[in-house]
Amino acid sequence: MGLLSDPNRRRALISLLTRLNAPICALCYFAGVCWFMGLAFEPFTLRTYMSENAMGSTMVEERFPSGERALATGKEFAAHKKKVGGMPVDWLVKTMQARGLEVFTQSFSRTLPFPDENKERYMVKGTNVYGILRAPRAPRTEALVLSAPCSPGDNNNQAVGLLLGLAHYFRSQVFWAKDIIFLVNEHDLIGMQAWLESYHHTNTTGMDWSPLQGRGGSIQAALSLELSSDVITSLDIILEGLNGQLPNLDLANLFYAFCQKIGVLCTIQGRLQRNDWDSVSGYSHAVQTMMLMVMKQASGRPWGDHGLFLRYHIEAATIKGINSFRQYKTDVTTVGRLLEGMFRKLNNLLERLHQSYFFYLMPSLSHFVSIGYYMPAFGLLAVILLLRALDLWVQLVSPPAIAADGVGDNAQQSSPGVLSVLTPLVISHLTGAALYILPTRFQEIAVEHFPVSETEAVVLTVIAVYTAGLALPHNTHRLLSGEGTEQGWRVLKLVAVLYLAVLLGCTALINFSLGFILALTLVPVAAFVTPHMPKTLSAVVLVILSPAFTLLFSVFFFQELEEMPVSFQDGWLLYLSVISQGILDHYLYGSLVYPLIALMVYPCWLLFWNILFWK
Amino acid sequence: MVAPLSLLLIVAVTIRAALYRSSLAELIAERVEVVSPITAWKRVIEGLALLDLGVSPYSGDVFHETPLIIYLFHFLVDYAEITFMLADVITAVALYMAVKDFNKQVFRKQKFSVEAERYPADCLELIRSPTEMFYIPLKVAMFYLLNPFTILSCVAKSTCGLNNAVLSLFILTTIKGNVLLSAIFLCLATYQSIYPLTLCAPAMLYLMQHQYVPVNPRRAAFWWFLVQYLFMYLGSLFVIVCLSFFLLGSWDFLPSVYGFILSVPDLTPNIGLFWYFFAEMFEHFRLFFLCVFQINVFFYTVPLCIKLKDQPVFLMFMQLAVISIFKSYPTVGDTALYLAFLPVWSHLHRFLRNIFLVSCVLLACSALFPVLWHLWIYAGSANSNFYYAITLLFNVAQILLVSDYFYAFLRREHHLTAGLYLKKKDGSEATLVLK
Repeated sequence: MGLLSDPNRRRALISLLTRLNAPICALCYFAGVCWFMGLAFEPFTLRTYMSENAMGSTMVEERFPSGERALATGKEFAAHKKKVGGMPVDWLVKTMQARGLEVFTQSFSRTLPFPDENKERYMVKGTNVYGILRAPRAPRTEALVLSAPCSPGDNNNQAVGLLLGLAHYFRSQVFWAKDIIFLVNEHDLIGMQAWLESYHHTNTTGMDWSPLQGRGGSIQAALSLELSSDVITSLDIILEGLNGQLPNLDLANLFYAFCQKIGVLCTIQGRLQRNDWDSVSGYSHAVQTMMLMVMKQASGRPWGDHGLFLRYHIEAATIKGINSFRQYKTDVTTVGRLLEGMFRKLNNLLERLHQSYFFYLMPSLSHFVSIGYYMPAFGLLAVILLLRALDLWVQLVSPPAIAADGVGDNAQQSSPGVLSVLTPLVISHLTGAALYILPTRFQEIAVEHFPVSETEAVVLTVIAVYTAGLALPHNTHRLLSGEGTEQGWRVLKLVAVLYLAVLLGCTALINFSLGFILALTLVPVAAFVTPHMPKTLSAVVLVILSPAFTLLFSVFFFQELEEMPVSFQDGWLLYLSVISQGILDHYLYGSLVYPLIALMVYPCWLLFWNILFWK
Repeated sequence: MVAPLSLLLIVAVTIRAALYRSSLAELIAERVEVVSPITAWKRVIEGLALLDLGVSPYSGDVFHETPLIIYLFHFLVDYAEITFMLADVITAVALYMAVKDFNKQVFRKQKFSVEAERYPADCLELIRSPTEMFYIPLKVAMFYLLNPFTILSCVAKSTCGLNNAVLSLFILTTIKGNVLLSAIFLCLATYQSIYPLTLCAPAMLYLMQHQYVPVNPRRAAFWWFLVQYLFMYLGSLFVIVCLSFFLLGSWDFLPSVYGFILSVPDLTPNIGLFWYFFAEMFEHFRLFFLCVFQINVFFYTVPLCIKLKDQPVFLMFMQLAVISIFKSYPTVGDTALYLAFLPVWSHLHRFLRNIFLVSCVLLACSALFPVLWHLWIYAGSANSNFYYAITLLFNVAQILLVSDYFYAFLRREHHLTAGLYLKKKDGSEATLVLK
């Protein structure tokens, strides 16, 4: 506590921090970015290992034999799907019953707030079919889920076939201690949302669904299967769920362990891992894999059907079969064996998966970076905000003299009115609220008066409100309290910087990637904006570092990482569709990214915009 | 000054009424930071239901409020929202009047001292001016009514608001110098939650000064006043406890209310220090640490009384803070009460050392509570350690805040007697260090 009570040492420290503020801030920013880039360097990461004893030590033998039959079932399913033109409910019920499951159906309907142009749906009606294999060896208090989406077109027929094949095979085995639920969901995430809400008796998004007639125990883990070809070259695991939530790392470890055992190529983010970590290309490969995970996590959307399970405290992942041009192919029997093995290990669980990490990034499937390693990268960025706040505070408290000790303070300067700070704060938040509310409310009016579709109307309103916000607030503070003073902007900046620090801190705790990406662009703005800078140049810099442009850059960057670079024209269209998808994710599944940006981050950025144009 | 105060009251009531109507009210009423097992409205409703069924409300382990509260709401349950808003208004007005009166006395005392030339010459800038003091009562009312903590607590219908009203009435009557009413309100506050017992000391010190009784254990007048006050206090406590007994017809409430407060059986997480510690502890140490933790709340009374016997109102502020930090089931409503007093000590700002750090930490903690709760309970990805870390930080910040004010107060007093610009023996500028 010496530092807090000894005035001499405090004074020395504070004068050091204020004198060297700018260099320290620059250094912190640089160090933060370097730290983050270093995370993908293999010697700095940890090898994954199985933490859960119940899954680690016991050996299981996988004997699933009937891959060919599963494919035949898949073909039959495809034929019925084509005939009905959607989910072949009757056929599925009959087939599942024939395999000895308790079969139930659930119908649901949902009208989207505006049409989804990517998936071409607006008024969605569908049916989920699920069969429960009751556990013969234990009280039926726990359950596992295997799901496969019934997708339009020729997709995923093999997944449903394999699911039915596994159901048939599991039925004949006696060692199941947990109910196993085989779920075929229609309209991918919407169906999944309906089923999960109904299973847990909640309704968070105002969807209509019929209540479930049959239930298993509390769900411990879930796997979602996507398989669109008869043979595959590799299996990909998708972990990122709603709001950037990740399943327990043990689930990924389990997948990796079985892939190794059975000899299937396994990938994460669609990328194989390489062994040449010490070469430049090997390192850049790891960085790209990690960046893909960061971008996907930051988007806050579920990247597979498993994404919604995580909200209910259920560890879940999507396993996706990929068929590329490699020589070495794996057949469905092997995939079946892999799933069988994973389910048997999950069946052995004595409690929920909790031993391993929940906060991690993966530069490859065999290595991970835990929260203790990646948080300093964010911390170094956040520290800049605190240093700036300290600097401003010192300037405010004692314009000419030292501030650490009470002696030597002059009498209170004419403090700026509360109004001059409150007005920009309120107006920015009102603009943010408009950005959140207006797009969906005014789509009908916009469609009537302009030649655009509903989706375009929503996206264009978002962009319009966003741009209008730039013009609006920077003159309004003069309306109420006359001339802004030198002290005034300092107080406003102090408030804004602290607000941003708390906001980014909370965001990074819930969704590290989002917090880090926002910090990367917003922290420089927050650190260096003052009214005494060349206006045009700083305005351009500020706009380029605003949340909307961050999203635009992210879209292009993501396409680069996916190795599907786009032209500017296509990129712009993609950008528009990403905005509409973000809004839809919020209304359909309760993703928090859109409200966070609209109600908090954007107003916070507007405060800095205000400071730049302070008069 | 009446116009701004009434405007403030209207604004405060409007905010609360609007929040009662919104969907947020339900969410807030569930927050562990805002309601404790004692003050939760849900539990009061449960107690009322039991009472209506003719069962003792204390059967089962749900209801832990005092009998008077349950009989109060027996009549007022339909007007609960109005009652809680009224309680906040009463608290604010009582604090307003109390601080106004207190400031008058401070100013009068200062005037005498200045006229008697008791202050050193270079202390003129430490002397408080009436213009500066004019808005302090209003600021106090504002700090209480517009504090988000108070608003949350009121919207959650936490009975903490009623306790605060009683406490503020006690402060008002004490500062007005009314011995009987002061004793009665203090007894009501004690009856509600035991801990205000320690406020006995500042109240007696203040009233003695008010009636020119010397604070000197060798004088008979001192002891006579002590006996008088304690008689009134204990007498009304006796009456009120007996009244509760006759209302309920049993002594059930004693273990269920006071036993519950003292032995801390409910370890629901809150912003206090007890829950995590006692959840982690081996059972056979429990009694020992229970005593340590509970004595901790009461213990500070003795040294603080000795140090601050001439400034009982500051002592009262310190005691309120200590209670709200160390009590067994603290909520943000308790914190709000002592935070309302901060404007009274605004003249200490120049001597505060960590106010920036502390306010940043308090701000960050308030935002992090719900975030880490979400990660722990809903997402399942964090655990109780994360939440407790924030609790700990929140309390450390509060302790730093209070000790900073304590230091600043003592330092100002020191400067008022020794002069503002202290010199070392060799003539260089001296600094004061708290060690």
